[in-house]
Amino acid sequence: MKLRYLSDLGKFVLWQKEVFRKPENWGMYYKELIRQMYDIGIGSLPIVLLIAVFLGAVTVVQFYYQMEGTLIPPYYIGYIVRDMMIIELAPMVTCLVLAGNVGSTMAAEIGGMRQKEHIDAMEIMGLNTSSYLIMPKLIAAAYVVPLLVCVAAIVGIIGGYLASVPADLFTQAEYVQGLRAFFIPFNVVMMLVKSVTFAIILVSVSCFQGYFVKGGSIELGAASTRAVVYSDILILLADYFIVVLLTQ
Amino acid sequence: MIRAEGIFKQFGDQEVLKGVDFTFESGKTNLIIGRSGAGKTVLLKILVGLFPPTQGRVWFNDIDYTNLDKKGILAIRKKVGMLFQGNALFDSMTIEENIRFPMDMFTPMTPLEKQMRVDEVLERVSLSGVNLKYPSEISGGMQKRVGIARAIVLKPKYLFCDEPNSGLDPKTSITIDELISDITNEEDITTIINTHDMNSVMEIGENIILLEAGRLAWKGNKEQVLGTVNKELDAFIFASPFLKKLVEAAKNNGKNSLENL
Repeated sequence: MKLRYLSDLGKFVLWQKEVFRKPENWGMYYKELIRQMYDIGIGSLPIVLLIAVFLGAVTVVQFYYQMEGTLIPPYYIGYIVRDMMIIELAPMVTCLVLAGNVGSTMAAEIGGMRQKEHIDAMEIMGLNTSSYLIMPKLIAAAYVVPLLVCVAAIVGIIGGYLASVPADLFTQAEYVQGLRAFFIPFNVVMMLVKSVTFAIILVSVSCFQGYFVKGGSIELGAASTRAVVYSDILILLADYFIVVLLTQ
Repeated sequence: MIRAEGIFKQFGDQEVLKGVDFTFESGKTNLIIGRSGAGKTVLLKILVGLFPPTQGRVWFNDIDYTNLDKKGILAIRKKVGMLFQGNALFDSMTIEENIRFPMDMFTPMTPLEKQMRVDEVLERVSLSGVNLKYPSEISGGMQKRVGIARAIVLKPKYLFCDEPNSGLDPKTSITIDELISDITNEEDITTIINTHDMNSVMEIGENIILLEAGRLAWKGNKEQVLGTVNKELDAFIFASPFLKKLVEAAKNNGKNSLENL
């Protein structure tokens, strides 16, 4: 079992040489890049918005519950929501959701192409399929996922506002004061570093699982599941290491 | 000309090909025949470069294809067209987009030139007017013809067909065989067809090899098939009980070989 993981890791590393080979036709790669950007960005926007608004709302309500009756000023809740969304919740939860949504789709799409001999057909045409099928997805995700995460952070903060101010937990002025308090611009850099890293992880892992799938529909389903599970585990690990590295 | 030289292929403990030597000639329809599991598809995939042989070499004219670097392999593949057993048409693209894909990727042709070439190859395979349909909207036989159209759109020098008649009725099979044979002669390409269809063997087999359990059991052409004394080929041809009965009936009528049927 351990040997299989090591062998997969070796295969993955060697595969990168093929993935980042010079494109045969820049125009076709560009078209594929735009398609992927649309699929990842617009395709995932509704679920990302929905999750972000509730993340912000729940964070506010729970912190209000914990801090009620303490000497901590209420505007701190706005500050906590802002930093939690920016540093942790927006990048991590968005990417975990994307691993389930985009990652499993990519694994199934590429795995399906492998099983239906589409990849073989492209290879025989003289196309480097590792590059054509994977590189546009990687680049698209590295551009679009940080944008989605930014949107998620903003919508989460709005969700926090909607759950607190209309419910009279505290005033709008207090919430806005909290949002503007103790702002450290580096936190946004940390969010972007996380987003790009997680995007690369979820696309690489998912495409790898799909590209090298063997067998039939049961194996394809298993590959899709592995894509999500491995992406999630690696995203959580990467999250920890990024936080440790960037907060020292 | 494509030459297979001492091809061995092993998957784990299973030896699928056991030293196949053969020359597939230019401008001819070369057939690889044999029962299911004989190693036909594996040999075809080795010839086309989808599997590396465990041992042996594949020569495209005087180029050793098995020892080429990635760039060399891609250069050879641009001269290759292939029809897959399952057609391998991109199902989210229209017929026209499927056929245009190799041109979009590898040629500097203008959109008008591409359109003209698409129409030309579709007409060649008798499928004019289906440009905007999706593969799922046409029949199996039509899908095969689209597969052929896509395979020949860049005017390949080598055409590989993996079980072109699988899943087709006898009449459509004959149409596909004739189409492949005509294209081979017109374009002077080296065509290699992997089949177990005896109709194809007798109609278009200009250069035939029989694989039996990974070994070359017989080689010849369609004229030599009928008078064969090779036991493996005999067993392959008369695997059908109907044919056996037919031959028995012919013998009872004083006719001693298939030629007299």
